[in-house]
Amino acid sequence: MTAHRLLPALTLLSLLLGWELLVRLADIPHYTLPAPTLVAQTLWANLGSLAGSWWFTVKVTFSALALACAGGVLIAAVFALSPAIEAALFPVAVILQVTPLVAIAPLILIYIESTTAALLLCAWIVAFFPILSNTVLGLRAADANLRDLFRLYRATPWQRLRLLLTPTALPYFLGGLRISGGLSLIGAVTAEMVAGAAGRETGLASRILEASFRTETPKMFAALLLLVFTGMLIFWAFNALSHHLLRARQKNG
Amino acid sequence: MHALTDCSLHVNSGEFVSLLGPSGCGKSTVLRLVAGLDQPTGGTVHSPALQAAESDTAYVFQEPALLPWANVSDNVWLPLRLAGHSRDASQDRITAALRGVGLQDFGAAYPAELSGGMKMRASIARALITRPRVLLMDEPFAALDEITRSRLNHDLLALWAAQGPSVLFVTHSVYESVFLSQRVLVLGQRPGRVVAEIRIDEPYPRSSAFRHSTRYLHACAELSAALEAAYGELA
Repeated sequence: MTAHRLLPALTLLSLLLGWELLVRLADIPHYTLPAPTLVAQTLWANLGSLAGSWWFTVKVTFSALALACAGGVLIAAVFALSPAIEAALFPVAVILQVTPLVAIAPLILIYIESTTAALLLCAWIVAFFPILSNTVLGLRAADANLRDLFRLYRATPWQRLRLLLTPTALPYFLGGLRISGGLSLIGAVTAEMVAGAAGRETGLASRILEASFRTETPKMFAALLLLVFTGMLIFWAFNALSHHLLRARQKNG
Repeated sequence: MHALTDCSLHVNSGEFVSLLGPSGCGKSTVLRLVAGLDQPTGGTVHSPALQAAESDTAYVFQEPALLPWANVSDNVWLPLRLAGHSRDASQDRITAALRGVGLQDFGAAYPAELSGGMKMRASIARALITRPRVLLMDEPFAALDEITRSRLNHDLLALWAAQGPSVLFVTHSVYESVFLSQRVLVLGQRPGRVVAEIRIDEPYPRSSAFRHSTRYLHACAELSAALEAAYGELA
């Protein structure tokens, strides 16, 4: 293990250790701040029920992300093909992006009967914009010489899209995906917070709310821990994917 | 503002012609017009690139302009691929094109792994794989060091001799233009037009012995004089 991997692990470990010591030495009650060991115990004890909620949150997150990818890329392709459509629709995309999700989530929950569908829509709204704007940028980023070359060899629009524009846009899209991965989790959780524990199936946000009503602070932390892990997992997974897909271009001779 | 005015030039079939001038004089504009990448605001351009049939023209840019996500073989394959030839059907020509520029062992390498000179070799292989009748080169060696540039000049002449395309070679180097061409056209500035034409009556193949001959130095002096006449004292 190299130093740059060891260092963050050590930092995290000492933070946890400091936390544990603080709670024990200052005798902080567990309903105010539970020690990490208690959080771990609570997580273990409630693993069965929390896992179900975790799975629901993960499902919403990844469904929203998948829809954000599909929607973002599709709209980006349309924008790239038609500047007029882009000029017409881009402000709408910006409005969706700048409106705080917590502010529109109650409305969405009123308009859409199915809670799950409403959560999906909320998560989608926050997740699709980075993919859209990055992909639009990427589709325009093709090297001018290469564009000329494709014209010179009379490439068809389909060839240009497949062999030039798509590979050029790939790193931009992946950059958007890394941001959107985290955002779709945040969107899913925020929307559920607003929705409250309403639906038949509930996610981790509902469990946090529920635990907070009962002042079960250790359980809140346990659910939070699962969220943090999920977020980190998403970040790492997309980092690895991006690295894998772009490795040929990053070699240095 | 016109980049070119009263600019008239002609390249014979199989001829190697250089366009010489400082940056900003419209040399690249001439190439782009001949390639059909830009449309003239007036006048006419006759070029095989502008005929309706399959493209017969290749273009080498100042940058290698390779696809960074594709290896050298796939980059060289590109013109054939765009014309609908499968990788398998193109393999022999890819191999031959790579051998022609001395990159036979680097087909699997990615552009980021190559030196500047090797990238330019790959770019030339890509240009020649279609056996074009017209080869347009826009200061292809300007970013390379002196030694690499001399080697590539030499190798380019060998490839030209083997395939015989008409070459229009844009450069700002007097020495390069004399070494390579049968004719050098000096381009004047604002507006860009041909202000001098000098023949280099030296038989091919040209070796480094030519670089050290008095004929070479004479031609260089003559060209420098033409440049000075067009642009004033060159310091």
